[in-house]
Amino acid sequence: MSLDLQTFEHDVLVIGAGGAGLRAAIEAASTGVRVGLLCKSLLGKAHTVMAEGGVAASLANVDDRDNWRVHFSDTMRGGQYLNNPRMAELHAQEAPARVRELEAWGALFDRTHDGRILQRNFGGHRYPRLAHVGDRTGLEMIRTLQDHGIHAGIDVHMECTVLELLKDGERVTGVLAYDREHGRFRVHRARAIVLATGGIGRAYKITSNSWEYTGDGQGLAYRAGADLMDMEFVQFHPTGMVWPPSVRGILVTEGVRGEGGVLKNKEGRRFMFDDIPDNYKNQTADNEEEGWRYTQGDKEARRPPELLTRDHVARCINREVKAGRGSPHGGVFLDIAWIKEKLPNSVEHIKKKLPSMYHQFHQLAGLDITTTPMEVGPTTHYMMGGIRVEADTQMSRVPGLFAAGECAAGLHGANRLGGNSLSDLLVFGKRAGEHAAKFAKQQKGGSIDEAHVETSVKRALEPFERPTSGGENPYAVQHDLQEMMQDLVGIVRTEEEMRKALEGLAKLEDRARRVHVDGNREFNPGWHTALDLENLLTVSRAIAMSAIERKESRGAHFREDFQAKSDAFSKFNHVVRRGSDGSMQLAREPLPPQSDEHKQIIAEMK
Amino acid sequence: MTNATFRIWRGDAKGGEARDYVTDVTEGMVVLDAVHQIQAESAPDLAARWNCKAGKCGSCSAEINGAPRLMCMTRLEELPLDEPVTIQPMKAFPSIRDLVSDVSWNFAVKKRIKKFTPRPPDAADGTWRMAQVDVDRVQEFRKCIECFLCQDVCHVLREHSKHDEFIGPRFLVYAAALEMHPLDVADRLGDLKDDMGIGYCNITKCCTKVCPENITITDNAIIPLKERVVDRFYDPVHALVRLFKR
Repeated sequence: MSLDLQTFEHDVLVIGAGGAGLRAAIEAASTGVRVGLLCKSLLGKAHTVMAEGGVAASLANVDDRDNWRVHFSDTMRGGQYLNNPRMAELHAQEAPARVRELEAWGALFDRTHDGRILQRNFGGHRYPRLAHVGDRTGLEMIRTLQDHGIHAGIDVHMECTVLELLKDGERVTGVLAYDREHGRFRVHRARAIVLATGGIGRAYKITSNSWEYTGDGQGLAYRAGADLMDMEFVQFHPTGMVWPPSVRGILVTEGVRGEGGVLKNKEGRRFMFDDIPDNYKNQTADNEEEGWRYTQGDKEARRPPELLTRDHVARCINREVKAGRGSPHGGVFLDIAWIKEKLPNSVEHIKKKLPSMYHQFHQLAGLDITTTPMEVGPTTHYMMGGIRVEADTQMSRVPGLFAAGECAAGLHGANRLGGNSLSDLLVFGKRAGEHAAKFAKQQKGGSIDEAHVETSVKRALEPFERPTSGGENPYAVQHDLQEMMQDLVGIVRTEEEMRKALEGLAKLEDRARRVHVDGNREFNPGWHTALDLENLLTVSRAIAMSAIERKESRGAHFREDFQAKSDAFSKFNHVVRRGSDGSMQLAREPLPPQSDEHKQIIAEMK
Repeated sequence: MTNATFRIWRGDAKGGEARDYVTDVTEGMVVLDAVHQIQAESAPDLAARWNCKAGKCGSCSAEINGAPRLMCMTRLEELPLDEPVTIQPMKAFPSIRDLVSDVSWNFAVKKRIKKFTPRPPDAADGTWRMAQVDVDRVQEFRKCIECFLCQDVCHVLREHSKHDEFIGPRFLVYAAALEMHPLDVADRLGDLKDDMGIGYCNITKCCTKVCPENITITDNAIIPLKERVVDRFYDPVHALVRLFKR
């Protein structure tokens, strides 16, 4: 190779070290293949660490009526039946074993009175289903996987970013990456690659996601010829912090509502009782007392409307704010302090059940949640869409390219239930690792496309070479993209606004080609921001295109100009792929068929 | 709108200097917000680590006005803004660039500690039974976000550079979490005494003071471990017997 590149060899290369990536790497390594793991940050810092509420699995430790069939039907209902039913089935069946396995690796979940794993209520789950550790379940999970993984013989490369997937003919054979510390380019050769890069939250201004979530896996896979599916479905979590401005978007766990927290507008009204969707009416409490009893474990009670699915709660909050009934800083009130009317030791109870929420508000907003209601509003949280994969193996359309966790699509359909993400990454992380290892064993090493490497390296260095005058600031381009996506392709969408967004994207793509960066290649965040723009722009375009074509409202996708759900749109997923001319193409793909058993379960639990 | 001056260390392993940057201050801002604003406005290549911006990932550790803290959890309102706010990288580790230091030593240390080893399952379905009270004791240690501020402030590492002989408070907490785990049956006391230098800790509690998760590092983790080591290897009755045998 004419360029002086470091080269590394693996059988399976995993990109991303959140829950899905770590679980995939552990599984692949357990089969005896050589596993490499690349991550943009330090090990253990990925977004999984932020997950608060818990991991959904029908262990039936708290309510013995729970089983995989109920979990399956809850997941399908939550996803408005656009889910891949086979993925929903595998997920519901395998989640309990994946959670128990974590315990065998050292995870310490909260306990029931008889010493088993405790489970809590969460939105859209019929029974208490979320295994948890207070409100820091994600930290417990990532640390357990990390601490188990470091003894599994995985070759970890921290603070490395992947620029391109490299192919030999149809199949992937490696990646071009750079290390953030020195800005040196490197090639990792591999016989199979697992993408586990997480979400796209940085495409929006108000988000719970960190700098890492720039749609890398989605962008890389798209350029390599994979399909992106369901990209119109972006989950806006109903409760992010809204004040002070600097913390806007930081997540407030659904666990607050699971523990009895209620949503109120400025008139003090529990507005969630005003609009309960028909398909949830017989599962939802119709008075406040029943809702409270549900949160305290009364099996006869139905859940309070605060625990309806996230898409619905986010829209109700949006409605209250737009109607002028919001809180002083443009949100609504989330009140857990009120439970002092019910529990004598409420202050201690709240601190015990929601310690990191107590800490977060105390430290960042100067507010005591045991005495004062919080102000909350929707925040960009999760991408239901992503790389289209085969349900059992998690392999994409590109041979040797697998995807798991948030960057993959299929399990969640039009809306994800809280708690189903942590179980998703365990179940499908394991499957991706297992099948990637199997695939790798069947392959001979392919060659590396040197021309692709050279052009990509040259392109990555262009921002340094462009003149300062007339050059664009990468931070400004990213900022303007975030503002635009927030305003024009946000929670409530219209065709007119989204058309404007497509025009805006063309301009931003043009600006991104003129980005200039100062300094050198060593740990230069300006340069990193510039390089992240391409993937951000790709996923933003995919979101806007898919959202324009879905002329109905379903799950997380709400159209002001098409407010009803449409039967015609209930039969296919939107798929985005790169056309032969390099432009983005949108297609309708019929939903994967439901088996007779799937149909039967769904009918039984309607 | 007011503004403030931030005196930020710029440089790498070869050396560097503190440089002043002025930026606007708005209500509720934290130090990390100021760093981001400065990157966007005037120092696009200013190197800093961060992720969650909510005190949960432990990436943005730095020394703010000399005190080891998370940048994302330090509000400007609690700092005197009539003088420059100094931001420096953690000093107990080698510099990479600007606010980013080389913390790779910590990852190497962790690998040396014997991994979690559970007793056989309690139930036929392969699960265990544990009481919440036993779980609580260890959950305190498992709150650790690996920000390494305790390592940064520990004088055994910071002043005496005993990185080869002492694993530091973070990994004593980690070892304590394993030793006190209700299911774990591995024995790490010999390693703690011989290879991990638990004796170097002289209980000044500096680590406990800087822990952003408020883990009672010294009292709840290190002292009990020291007691176990002493019980095993320096039991006074045994010592007495050895004395008289001379």
